[in-house]
Amino acid sequence: MTNSSSINLKQSTTVVTEGVYRIAAIVPAFNEEEAITSVVNDINQLAAEKQLLIDVIVVNDCSKDSTSEIISKINCIAINLPINLGIGGAVQTGFKYALENGYDFAIQIDGDGQHPASEIPKIISAAVNGNLDVVIGSRFITKEGFQSSAFRRIGISYFKWLNHLLVGTIIFDSTSGFRLINRKVLTIVSEYYPDEYPEPEAIIVYSLNNFKIGEVSVSMKDRQGGVSSIGTFASVYYMLKVTLAIIFTFIRMKFKRI
Amino acid sequence: MVKIQIIAILVSLLFLLYIVRLIIRGKLREEYSIVWIVCTTILILFSLWRDGLELIADFVGVYEAPNLVFTGAIFAILIYLLHLSIVVSKLHSQNKQLAQEIALLKNKISEKSKV
Repeated sequence: MTNSSSINLKQSTTVVTEGVYRIAAIVPAFNEEEAITSVVNDINQLAAEKQLLIDVIVVNDCSKDSTSEIISKINCIAINLPINLGIGGAVQTGFKYALENGYDFAIQIDGDGQHPASEIPKIISAAVNGNLDVVIGSRFITKEGFQSSAFRRIGISYFKWLNHLLVGTIIFDSTSGFRLINRKVLTIVSEYYPDEYPEPEAIIVYSLNNFKIGEVSVSMKDRQGGVSSIGTFASVYYMLKVTLAIIFTFIRMKFKRI
Repeated sequence: MVKIQIIAILVSLLFLLYIVRLIIRGKLREEYSIVWIVCTTILILFSLWRDGLELIADFVGVYEAPNLVFTGAIFAILIYLLHLSIVVSKLHSQNKQLAQEIALLKNKISEKSKV
């Protein structure tokens, strides 16, 4: 699985040559008509300012509002799913696009405006300079910006503990969707990526594939519009489903490797 | 032959007929019909041969023969439900792949028509 991007990564230990890399900014959008325009414009503006080769790929997960009309007019690559696949399925569609079209990195940015475009260079630099395969934008390394509710933070600590127990990696913000992966990881996730609540489970997949994972501190905003994919009643289901998924993914991948 | 036997045989036969009709019309795939045909055949068999049920119950150590029927039926239903869940999971993942392919192809076509 050697490719040009991983070789490039190794050579660039000191200089940040971000302009060299083609980056796919994958924005999953489900009923995000209020926020999507500014999210896409912010990324494009940043790319122009910092001279980064970023293409914004909006994956519309069969929205019922006018998301599809909006993204056909703004400056982005619009991918419209014919049926609703859930966040994981939408993001994976973006991964497949990025893999097919030869991007070096894919960075996932939520369509609701939680992830500020200004933090993107920090994440890219971390991947390039630290020679990392996966970089996660974390809210909890230094506590700045929107911190989420107490209940959610308990859930996040729980996943931190579970990840640590199973694969030994400590990820502070394992539910963060603000993450960058390189081409090596793209080949894996375009084959297998969880459908619902994919973030904590994906970390297990990355760890068991021996990818180098890093976390950088970013600040996040509260959502700009739309509703969270996780409601209050769904929280218990979320914990249960993700726990099961993590444990079974762990067992499945462990046995495959033996 | 008692009334309930006749009723059981009639219902089972009608059921079998309905399954055959579904297969002929292409509404039920053969692989999913096997289990139904087997179940109906067993039903017909024990409607005709009532002593057989008592014999088997006695053999496996079940005191009340009807309990054997319930146990067997519930077990069969559970297994079949699990089978259906597996089928649904497979369809789910195939459906996802198809949707993703379609979305990517639609994008490719619209990119081409722009140029």
